[in-house]
Amino acid sequence: MKNPIIKIEGITKKFGIKNALEEIDLSIYEGEFFAIVGPSGCGKTTLLRVLAGFEVPDSGLLFIDGENMRSIPPNRRPLNIVFQSYALFPHMTVLDNIAFGLKVTGVPIKECYQRVKMLLKLVKLSGLDHRFPHQLSGGQLQRVALARALVKRPKVLLLDEPLSALDAKLRNEMRQELVRLQKSMGITFILVTHDQQEALSTADRIAVMNNGRIKQVASPTNLYESPSNKFVAGFIGSINLIKCEVRQIEGELCAVTTGLTKDLFSIKGKNEISVGQSYLMGVRPEKIQLTKLTDIDQYDNKLAGIINNITYLGRSSMYHVKVSGDENIVMNVSMSHSDRSENIDLCIGESVLMHWTAGSALLLEDHDS
Amino acid sequence: MMKQVGSHRLIFWLTFIPPTLWLLIFLLIPLSIIGSFSFSEKRGLIDIELSWILNNYIRAADLIYLSTLIKSIGVAGITTVICFLFGFPLALGIASAPPRWKSILLIAIILPFCVNLLIRTYALIAVFRTRGFFNFGLEWFADLINVPFEPLSLLYNDTAVILGLVYVHLPFMILPLYAGFEGFNKTLLEAALDLGASKLELLTSIIIPIITPSIISGCILVFIPALGSYLTPELLGGPNSQMIANVIERQFMNANDWPFGSALSMVLVYLTFGILALRYLCFNNLYLDKNKRRL
Repeated sequence: MKNPIIKIEGITKKFGIKNALEEIDLSIYEGEFFAIVGPSGCGKTTLLRVLAGFEVPDSGLLFIDGENMRSIPPNRRPLNIVFQSYALFPHMTVLDNIAFGLKVTGVPIKECYQRVKMLLKLVKLSGLDHRFPHQLSGGQLQRVALARALVKRPKVLLLDEPLSALDAKLRNEMRQELVRLQKSMGITFILVTHDQQEALSTADRIAVMNNGRIKQVASPTNLYESPSNKFVAGFIGSINLIKCEVRQIEGELCAVTTGLTKDLFSIKGKNEISVGQSYLMGVRPEKIQLTKLTDIDQYDNKLAGIINNITYLGRSSMYHVKVSGDENIVMNVSMSHSDRSENIDLCIGESVLMHWTAGSALLLEDHDS
Repeated sequence: MMKQVGSHRLIFWLTFIPPTLWLLIFLLIPLSIIGSFSFSEKRGLIDIELSWILNNYIRAADLIYLSTLIKSIGVAGITTVICFLFGFPLALGIASAPPRWKSILLIAIILPFCVNLLIRTYALIAVFRTRGFFNFGLEWFADLINVPFEPLSLLYNDTAVILGLVYVHLPFMILPLYAGFEGFNKTLLEAALDLGASKLELLTSIIIPIITPSIISGCILVFIPALGSYLTPELLGGPNSQMIANVIERQFMNANDWPFGSALSMVLVYLTFGILALRYLCFNNLYLDKNKRRL
């Protein structure tokens, strides 16, 4: 891969007694669209503020483009931020807002305005130069904030929950817009968000954070298909977890038992598993099929249950199925309406059989390291 | 439904009448009386006849009164500038203090209001007179470094008046500025810093332009009462440092010339209204913009 544009080595930051960041190690490469996701309070915003220089880490090192940032104040770092609240200057026009970063660094006025005009075209805001921020819509404000940060041609662009204030439709549009801008300008983007959808749909690589630690760094596909721990599996998409014990290992797959039935389940294993130890079996809702209870002998990885509740989601429905044998386990099963076989009546109280293919379940550590 | 409308109407009148009566009795009627006096003539010792003449105003334009007025404007202006120079960093300091300290510091600013103006002014005399605390302090210091000491005469001049006015009016500057800083979105500073602005540029191109309305409010709140101040120049000023309010007082009392005193008062009123009108005109645009924002 290319050079790391950002290299974080063992950064720790405490607020009082609470560790906001614990021993963060991370490399982000040139030209990447990188996303940092996690629930609120996981430390992702603190990490962003450390990168920008608004927070000084208690220990650890930060390199941007090979340069140690220890003594570099925020106004001399080669990165720019798109703030969650946009933070546009209310007393300046769109033009002056975008030109501000150039003016204060002594770019000649004429060049300033040329670059601003170019960027206005790029973010599709031409003609709004002389409007004030309060005369713009949410989507337009977002574009001005983007343009204001991009006009300085930073090495890295930090985006702090940039789309959270937009409505769903606009958010989708802006996601694609962000990807387009990133690819066309070749600037490294770091997107901080709590919205896993947003991260999955935009980023090349994603870091998942929880409680001040990075849980996993991987591509969206890897993160979803092979999460390395319980937290990531549950945060990126949803997953059904059942306690299990490994009986046998056969190459890629391994056989596990659950306390629910006598059956063996065939699961995609991972490195360093040992026979006889307890793990969690994770199955994504959309990997599960529902059929009639009478088909029980036709399938291998299966559990019987009763439909407890149904959530209608438009294109699909989420079926909440109580597992026979343990009333406390409710499996979520997502089925699109077109896939649904005609010969089964899926309604509340109906007994059904849940089954899935051998490799589609995941083996996860029970404890959360 | 009818009952609801009825009770709303009652609430309306209950809240509408008292302030209206207040304004009528204590502002509009006295002001009209003084206003009509200013166009009147004195007939005999106590008779005043409203004859719609401008003589009083023409007399007010005499050099002697005009110069007092200009001097008053100057003194109030200098007071406002000094209040701003002290008030700005103080308000900024309070606004950026930790929350626990904020209220303590604010109380410290407001506390002097609990003491009567007259007493506060006499206290200033006790501090700055020839044998006052300030001179005692200086004397002690001079003794310490073995320098012969001659007490300074700090009172009864223009400087003393300005000092007293600044002392009295400083909170009127600090409070609106503080409110301005409190409402200030601190993310804007981070945004400006992130875009490469220096500390000075934060102040000149972000903070000051955004809190300009608060600055103007503070300046008006200091300038207008300072312009019409009576007690401070009376007690702390010398024979040459009297301000327009002192002249007006003498017209009503010593000279027993109510029409002329009224005319001088009205000049002050017109001046004040002029300043307020100017502010309104300057800020009307801002308000319009805010309305547009809602649409």
